[in-house]
Amino acid sequence: MTALATAPAAPAAVRGPALGSTLAGTGRLLRVMLRRDRLRLLVWPLGVALLYAGALGEYVILGDDPEAMSVRATLMRTPAMISMAGPGYGVDDYTPGAAVANELILWLVLTLAVMSILQVVRHTRAEEESSRSELVRAGAVGRHASSVAALLQVVIANVLVAVVSGLVLVAYDFDAAESFTMTFSVALGALVFGAVALVAAQAMEHGRGATGISLAVLGGAYSLRAIGDIQEEHGSWLSWLSPIGWVQQTRVFVDMRWWPLGLCAAAIVLLITLAAVLGSRRDFGAGLVAVRAGRSDADPALTGPFALAGVQQRMALLWTSLGLGLMWFASGGVVEAVPDLVESVADNPVYSAILGEGDDLIRTFLGVFGLYAGSGAAAFGVAMALRAKGEEESGRAELALTKPVSRARWFASGLVLALAGAAVVQVTGVLALWAGAASSGLDEPGFDAYLELALAYLPGLAVIVAFAAALYAWVPKATGLAWVLFGYVFVVGMFADLFGLPDWARGISPFWWVGNPMVDGVDAAHLWGLCGVAALLLLLAFTGFRRRDLQNG
Amino acid sequence: MTAAPAIEIHDLRKSFGTVQALDGLDLTVQPGEIRGFLGPNGAGKSTTIRVLLGLLRTDSGSARLFGGDVWRDAVELHKRITYVPGDVSLWPNLTGGECIDYLARLSGRHDKKRLAARKAELLERFELDPRKKSRTYSKGNRQKVALVAAFLTDAELYVLDEPTSGLDPLMEAVFTEYVREAKAAGRSVLLSSHILSEVEKVCDTVTIIRNGTDVESGTLDELRHLTRTSVTAVVAGDPSSVMRLDGVHDLVTTPADGGTRATFDVDNAQIGAVLSAVAALDVHSLTATPPSLEELFMRHYGDAPADAR
Repeated sequence: MTALATAPAAPAAVRGPALGSTLAGTGRLLRVMLRRDRLRLLVWPLGVALLYAGALGEYVILGDDPEAMSVRATLMRTPAMISMAGPGYGVDDYTPGAAVANELILWLVLTLAVMSILQVVRHTRAEEESSRSELVRAGAVGRHASSVAALLQVVIANVLVAVVSGLVLVAYDFDAAESFTMTFSVALGALVFGAVALVAAQAMEHGRGATGISLAVLGGAYSLRAIGDIQEEHGSWLSWLSPIGWVQQTRVFVDMRWWPLGLCAAAIVLLITLAAVLGSRRDFGAGLVAVRAGRSDADPALTGPFALAGVQQRMALLWTSLGLGLMWFASGGVVEAVPDLVESVADNPVYSAILGEGDDLIRTFLGVFGLYAGSGAAAFGVAMALRAKGEEESGRAELALTKPVSRARWFASGLVLALAGAAVVQVTGVLALWAGAASSGLDEPGFDAYLELALAYLPGLAVIVAFAAALYAWVPKATGLAWVLFGYVFVVGMFADLFGLPDWARGISPFWWVGNPMVDGVDAAHLWGLCGVAALLLLLAFTGFRRRDLQNG
Repeated sequence: MTAAPAIEIHDLRKSFGTVQALDGLDLTVQPGEIRGFLGPNGAGKSTTIRVLLGLLRTDSGSARLFGGDVWRDAVELHKRITYVPGDVSLWPNLTGGECIDYLARLSGRHDKKRLAARKAELLERFELDPRKKSRTYSKGNRQKVALVAAFLTDAELYVLDEPTSGLDPLMEAVFTEYVREAKAAGRSVLLSSHILSEVEKVCDTVTIIRNGTDVESGTLDELRHLTRTSVTAVVAGDPSSVMRLDGVHDLVTTPADGGTRATFDVDNAQIGAVLSAVAALDVHSLTATPPSLEELFMRHYGDAPADAR
């Protein structure tokens, strides 16, 4: 930044005051940020450490079983797994360390990059937008102070994560030097995206725009690496355009090399310099990219609450279907290898409890994916159904309901779309699973079986969403219970046998009544029963919402 | 216009848990009447309005709009009214212009050409850029969106709950103008506020509410006795003669440069006579300020308002 502030190339008009004064107050700002965000800065490292601990347990178990490891290594050569893991260093002799590096680095960099982006934008552009920092800047605080403080805060957070997660690795008996190299490489990779966010915060006028652009860059980095690694073993030149690729190319736990980290460091320096140049040239509160003006008149189709709910939910529906769909597509692609994998872990009680003793392992496995897809769809449906609560608390529901709009119409508009959206997520998800399986050459079971699997979950989905709606209608404070049911459904689906739950306890989960349509077919009576419960809950929801006070905005 | 009152509330009671928000409130607005609804925050103004809008159920008593039940006939009644809340929250991913159109369409009145012309006029008068996403609007601009949407449609009754909060004085003046226009067109208005001057400018009648009950109700002239002006004057003569005049209260005198500083309150009805008497005392300086609504409450009802924030 020194180089920049006094760069001879910079026109005299924009040459800032001395570096010292543009940074005045950085320390104080940093202290305030750390204090304001102390909870967030604690939750992220803890969350990531848990992620490590959870995953490492599995690798250590697998590590005792060379056969299982070699099956896993084979899986890691498939395009689907490459896109969800790494360039595949060490798959010829897949040790737990190599597996950790190959499979975890991507997710860790993604997680920490998101954290870094959110934190940087939160303390720079979002703050500027809220005009809080106008007050701060009016004090004895330099032009670059808030940027530098925000960056330092993110550095501190990432270092904290690196130290904690490095200790977790060492606790699991991984080599200390390699462990800390990996965790600090991940932190450095994440910081590249923090620096990207810093540039975006200068360029965009609104915090959301800055976050959006930065996340798009992160998505681009993910795609480049995935495509590059699929093109060529250990990555093509495309992989080398991605900061995530740089971290993975350290070949940690296999044949460690440091120099790819130099690319990370160079990128960070370059981005910070760019941010400083942009920051020196712009006015406070202004961006470099002008915000595009929106419509001054509403689309003729925006005629009522139903149309508005569509506008509010469609992007969420698109991205959820797309994101989950890609995941199920990739999952479908590896199903073919399941029998080998399962054979290799047959001695593992955890796996056999989850997968059961089914004869047709592929069908059992697909049934489990059906449950996953159903859970994803349920989460989407509950989130959309509970949007009504946000509308009510903000006072927007009040604006609509003081027009000639009945409560039933208003409530139905969001709820019907939540139910339909959940169904769309479910059906597209399972069909993506089918497409993935079919593209890897698995043509049994056929399309009809997948369609049946998708549709069999719809009544259960309706029960979960209707339960959320009924809670909102009667006790809006207790809508958290809808998420408790969601979690319970998942636990019953995955671990009921492991925990030895009695049938009545399993029966609370609407999905338990669905069974595994791939193996046992569909029990129509159960599905009609679920439809009945859903209808009853919906009736209850509408009755309740029509008779209660609207909460104050 | 129907013969039934636009608003008719009788002995209305509503409690939230142990808090008695409304405690036997009476309020009537006749067709064509502009009624100010005054009270400190927490007095029950918003609760009353939310009952009128069918958002809250009543515990007992009756609340009717145009003779119809506010809860049971809500949808029908809402075709005839328009409402502006004191703290407007808009759909963040719509622009201001889209929000205005959406609200107008919900009202169900569709004369597109007239609506477009009226919208353009209101946007210009309120100096609102309709093409910005509403999440980027300031509080004042969000308020303008609701006001434009409200005056866009021809309602028979305007229910306005502290509608000018966050507006600058220029925009307040524009607002006042549109309320007067509505009045000239024979509409009814219920204007809730805690700003006495705003109410004085446009209202025919006033109801003052405190702790959930209407404590004063009548025309502005009838309530004029509630209003006193605080006067501070530095005079050369002896101010004690002023004390004996009708309508002078709480006189305090302190020595000041070049004479005596006298501070006292005057009933507005007597202010002319009192000021002539003060002028005779050789005035060096004089300031007169109308007391705030909160001060009025304190003066007339004994104890401090429950919540003056």
